[in-house]
Amino acid sequence: MTATATPPIPAGLRHEQLLELYYFMRLTRSLEERLVNLYRQAKVIGGLFRSLGQEADAVGSAYALDRSKGDILSPLIRNLGSMLVQGATPLEVLRQYMAKADGPTAGRELNLHFNDLQRGFLGQISHLGDMVPVMAGIALAFKKMKQPRVGLVYIGDGGMSTGAFHEGLNFAAVQRLPLVIIAENNGYAFSTPTARQTAVKFLVEKAAGYGVPGAQADGNDVLAVYETTKVAVDRAREGGGPTLVELVTYRRKGHAEHDNQSYVPRQELEAWAGNDPLDRYVRRLTETGWAAAGELQAIDARILTDLDAAVALCEDEPLPAAETALDGVYADPPRASVEWYRRLDG
Amino acid sequence: MAETTYLEAIRQGLSEEMARDERVFLLGEDIGAFGGAFKVTEGLQARFGEDRVIDTPIAEVAIVGAAAGAAHMGLRPVCEMQFIDFMSNAYSFLTNYVATARYRAGGLPTPMVVRGPSGGGVRGGPFHSQNAEAGYLHTPGLKIVCPATARDAKGLIKSAIRDDDPVLYLEHKYLYRRIKEHLPEGEEILTPIGKARLAREGKDLSIITYSAMVFKALEAAEQLEREDGLSVEVVDLRSLSPMDDAALVATVKKTNRVLIAHEDTRTGGAAGEITARINDLCFEWLDAPVRRVCAHDVPLPYAPTLEDYVLPQTADLVKAARWLAAY
Repeated sequence: MTATATPPIPAGLRHEQLLELYYFMRLTRSLEERLVNLYRQAKVIGGLFRSLGQEADAVGSAYALDRSKGDILSPLIRNLGSMLVQGATPLEVLRQYMAKADGPTAGRELNLHFNDLQRGFLGQISHLGDMVPVMAGIALAFKKMKQPRVGLVYIGDGGMSTGAFHEGLNFAAVQRLPLVIIAENNGYAFSTPTARQTAVKFLVEKAAGYGVPGAQADGNDVLAVYETTKVAVDRAREGGGPTLVELVTYRRKGHAEHDNQSYVPRQELEAWAGNDPLDRYVRRLTETGWAAAGELQAIDARILTDLDAAVALCEDEPLPAAETALDGVYADPPRASVEWYRRLDG
Repeated sequence: MAETTYLEAIRQGLSEEMARDERVFLLGEDIGAFGGAFKVTEGLQARFGEDRVIDTPIAEVAIVGAAAGAAHMGLRPVCEMQFIDFMSNAYSFLTNYVATARYRAGGLPTPMVVRGPSGGGVRGGPFHSQNAEAGYLHTPGLKIVCPATARDAKGLIKSAIRDDDPVLYLEHKYLYRRIKEHLPEGEEILTPIGKARLAREGKDLSIITYSAMVFKALEAAEQLEREDGLSVEVVDLRSLSPMDDAALVATVKKTNRVLIAHEDTRTGGAAGEITARINDLCFEWLDAPVRRVCAHDVPLPYAPTLEDYVLPQTADLVKAARWLAAY
């Protein structure tokens, strides 16, 4: 292929960044596949949530943040990729799913519910919508401390029905906070299709009701996701306030591993399987000549090796010691008291 | 020397902490130029600026949620609920997100205060008179304080702001302008959270209470001393969470007879918890059953005749104490 046949890389990205995007998408998928194996062996203790087909939306949007500036995001259950971009490690995710003592929450919380504000991610709680006001508060802190940092919060087509979403976005809009809201439209909230959540055709229409700019991108096109989110991130950093970015994608697995998706039409699943974000990206990278197939295969191999090592490292690690359950509800007192019946003899 | 009202004491506490620590800021409905529905924050926006006294939309989840996010980042937010009744709009957020953060999220700190006017006696009707404590006492991770005196109103708001955990600060609106005390200028008043105060010493019987009921208990104690020769001890808990178990045990061992009084309704109220603790910790020191004097189990009605009937009054405490003393 001649140099002139290679189109310019979009969105100001460099070659190594294109590969990094690929790395995080592939890592997300491979890590989840590894978790499925562990789940089937009953080594994942709780439920397992897949982001199959949504890796581009999570990775591309998170990649638009600036880690060197200390941007912070709050992911949903299907945004594993966004946490990996921010520096969460497969080892942490594995330990968390397997409730290990050395996991990031020491066995207190499940799946992706963990955080590290230094690296820039704040895990969600199960109550959908709640992270929107929290991230508004983090963005408020950035603004008050005059730091050029941006917050980014994901909300689903289901979570956008909550009052917390409304209150959080409205507050952020009124205060013109540096917050990007990613509306991840994957078609289903558990079993309920988007049309049963909201009467708008596209989630981005809601932006007008808050007086904030809205944008929409193909959530399965990682470069479009990146580019659209980057505009919103730049606007937020420059004092332009929040943007509601809708990423249109599709949840190709059930709500969790136990869910057989009986409510989903087969032809719908098949159609979206043909719109796989990783397949699309690989085709684009190789057909444009932005990357060679060999480069991508080397990344795949590295990921599998790394995952083998991470699984081997933590598989036999202990669960937390039972009595640590009483520690750390408060800073002071540091420990809850043991119930009297546990102190009885015999 | 001028006396300081309970309301002014809260404002002084807020103001002193804001001056002392630039991380402290206030957010709530109408608290800026207007100074709040009861004027607790009057003048603070003029002094500290709009960045530190933030008027919010009518959105309790946004107020408490944004405070949590800011607190994670190292700031020290103080949320005002216009009436504490509206804190229930953020109940889920407080109990699920805020209260659990440190425990579930690797020690994630959420040092924030939620304060607001609670309590009845002001003809506020069902939605401007509530006592909110019982709904949150059940939640590990939250602290709850309920000052009765101007000194503690100031000392507890300052301690709450400095605390590294989330604190619900339940001020009683009936006391706002009725309670006045000399609070020496220049003295740093910091009331420790989790420590009760002996409001009156006695040896025959104890009334364990908090917030505005402290004053009814003190009136009852005086009447009982005057008319019956009874020596009544009054314990002002000040904090419900953590609760001062040592103070409960000390007063039970001293008087052996206990009345627990609160303005909140009886069923599921704090008095039940206090009774259970006494049962656990010092049952053998009791000479009589622990009895409760609480509001009747109805929403608080508006008409003075109705409200006064529903709420426990000084005369009720006197009668209950006589019953207990004669047991």
